[in-house]
Parts: sequence; C-alpha cells; structure tokens
Amino acid sequence: MPEAFKFELVSPERLLVSEQVESVVIPGAEGEMTVMAHHAPVMTTIKPGVVTLKTAQGKEERYVVFGGFADIVPAGCTLLAESAVAVGDIDRADLARRIQEAREDAADAKDDQTRSKAEQFLNQLTTLEGALLPA
Amino acid sequence: MPSLKDLRNRIASVKATQKITKAMQMVAAAKLRRAQEAAEAARPYSERMGAVLANITQAIGGGGDAPALMTGTGKDDVHLLVVCTAERGLCGGFNSQIARFARDHIRKLLADGKQVKIICVGKKGFDILRRDYGALIIERVDLREVKTLGFVNADAIAKKVIHLFNEGGFDICTLFYSQFKSVISQIPTAQQIVPAGAPAAGAEVKDGGSAVYEYEPEPGEILSDLIPRNISVQVFRALLENAAGEMGAKMSAMDNATRNAGDMINKLSITYNRQRQAQITKELIEIISGAEAL
Repeated sequence: MPEAFKFELVSPERLLVSEQVESVVIPGAEGEMTVMAHHAPVMTTIKPGVVTLKTAQGKEERYVVFGGFADIVPAGCTLLAESAVAVGDIDRADLARRIQEAREDAADAKDDQTRSKAEQFLNQLTTLEGALLPA
Repeated sequence: MPSLKDLRNRIASVKATQKITKAMQMVAAAKLRRAQEAAEAARPYSERMGAVLANITQAIGGGGDAPALMTGTGKDDVHLLVVCTAERGLCGGFNSQIARFARDHIRKLLADGKQVKIICVGKKGFDILRRDYGALIIERVDLREVKTLGFVNADAIAKKVIHLFNEGGFDICTLFYSQFKSVISQIPTAQQIVPAGAPAAGAEVKDGGSAVYEYEPEPGEILSDLIPRNISVQVFRALLENAAGEMGAKMSAMDNATRNAGDMINKLSITYNRQRQAQITKELIEIISGAEAL
C-alpha cells in the first residue's frame, strides 16, 4: 500500500480538489509524469490534458485541465490549472470553442515562434479532444 | 398648498419607490453573498501563485533572463491605467470614488509630464472619465453581458495589457479598483501590475522552499509563462473585489433610500391627515354657520 500525500487542484475560480492521494498522473509540458509521495521537488508547466488521481481510498478521479503548472514538493503537490473540470462535466461545445480559438491564434501569429507555440497548443487540444470524445 | 389628491398620489408614488429600493437591497444582499463566495474561492489560487512565484524568482535569483514584464522597460514615461468600475449605477459613491481616485492620479502623472493611457473596465468609469480625459481612453471593456464573472474575462483584459506592452505601448501599468473591506467600506486602490517586480525577498519560503527544485522546462521559460498568468490573476482578483464592493455599496445605498422613503411617507401622511382634518373642520363650520343664519 503506497503512502498517501496531499494533492491540491486549484483553478482561478475555486479549489477543486484538496485531499490525500496515493498517486497523480500529470500531463507535464515535457511528457506525462506520475507523482507519488516523497517526490523530488519539481516545478513544471502542464499542457492541456487529463489529470488522473488515485485517492487514499483507492478511488480514481479524472479531471481535464487546460494549461497551468504544477508545484511538487516531497510533502505534497499543488496543481495550478488555468481552468479545470471533472471529466464527467466536460462540455463539448466549450472544447470546440477553445480549439477554434487556438486555430485562430495559430492563423494570426505574426512570427514563427508564436506560430509554432500556437500550433503546438492546438495540437495538444485536438489530441485531448480525440482522447476524451471518441467521435 | 398641494391638494388632497396631489398628496395621495405623492404618497402612493413614494411607496412604490420604496418597494423598488427594498427589493433592490435584497437582490444586492443575495448577490453580495455570491460575490463574496466567489472572491473567497479565488483566494487559494492567488495565494499559491504568490508562493510559487516567490520560489521561482528565488531560484533565478534576479538573473538576466527574467522577462521584461517583470523587470519593466527601465523607463516610466508612458503610464497605462486600467480603471475597473461597475457596469451599473445606483450604488452610492462606489463608482465616483474609484473614478475620483484615478483622476487624481492622472492629474499628478500629467503634471509630471508623463503620457497617460486609460483602459476602462465597466461602463460607469468610462462615463465619468470620458468627460475630462476622453482623449486618453484607448479602450473600454464592457462586462455588461457577463452574468457570472469568470477567469476568462480577466484573462481577456490581461491579454490586452500584455499585447500592448509587447508592442511597447506603455512602461508602467497600474490597476485601479475598489478593495472590498466590508459592506459599508470599500477602499479605492491602485496596484502596479507591470512591471510586476520581484516579491519581497524571503517573504514566503514555505515548506521545502529551500529545497533545490528541478525545473521542467527551464526556470526562465516557466517564469515567462507564469508572469502573464499572474497578471490575469491580479486582474481577476480586482474584478471580484470590485463585484463584491459594488454589491456592498448598492446594498447600503438602497438601505438608505428605503429609509429615506419611509421618512418621507411619514411626513407626507401627517400633512395629508392635517389637511383632511382642516377641510372637514372647514366644511362643518360652513354647515353650522349656515344653520345659525337661518
């Protein structure tokens, strides 16, 4: 039985999760990572994706996050998401709107750097859409 | 001297007004509670953001790779003021308080020979500032259609500010809003958001703050992602405080109005009763003196 640690998922609007968990899978900017108790201190930005957490009671919960960053210390993990919803509550129209916006951003980008950034973001979003909403 | 009928109409109309103000007060009270809850719910995020920001600036140690949004342009010639007010009136001195505060600030800046640009958030501030400084207003953000204030609204404003900064549109950006202290007291506040400035050194070194962090990607890159987000958070907080303040101000203003209407009704009723009595007495005298004459 793995040791539990404190996990918090916060969006600007409210505190979504604050509880003891066994492990959390975070969609880090440079790849997914699983965080368990006594993880070395890491700070990473996150890309749009699904956060999966396993609570101390063995329940599994999934949340969709759209960007943000995670602050991991041995004592716990704080995930500051730009916006987050439980997977069950995901709004198809909202996701479509975000993708549309990202697409426009990519089209409007003036220099290569911002364009590649916007395109990367768009890619991540469409992957997420594919994963969440099988057509 | 108004006639009895005039008085009756007057009383009826004041009563109707009183009912409206009473209803508005109750609506404001309910909305205030919701706004306060929203402000409360947003607090953890901004607190943690502050802590993370403190950590990361410590890690970078004020090195040369801090983004310009944080260090500023090194000048202070052009000031951008983001003035946040309410969309609606009928909330006492709330809007004019913020506007006056901003106006004093603008006057001082102009006297110092600085260039001033204004972004108005909310209709009321725009209406007030337009009179004196219409030429300086470069943009107004309308939140009238917005029912519940979301982070996206704040984010949109912050993006505008950042965009303008990247184009070299200003050197220093200050946010004007009303800090919600209590239902009866809101304090107009000016807060500098660009350049963000490093948080006071050693202010918040929380658990494991001294530990060596691993950064993914590089600290500088995270920071350049973090700073714009932090600006959005500041704007969001300001908007939430404003919303709570507006409702608080509206509640007390409407409470006053209801009480004034009550006083007015009392006074009018006394006048009405006196006049009616005088008329009855007059008619009696006429009848009696007519009978006596016979």
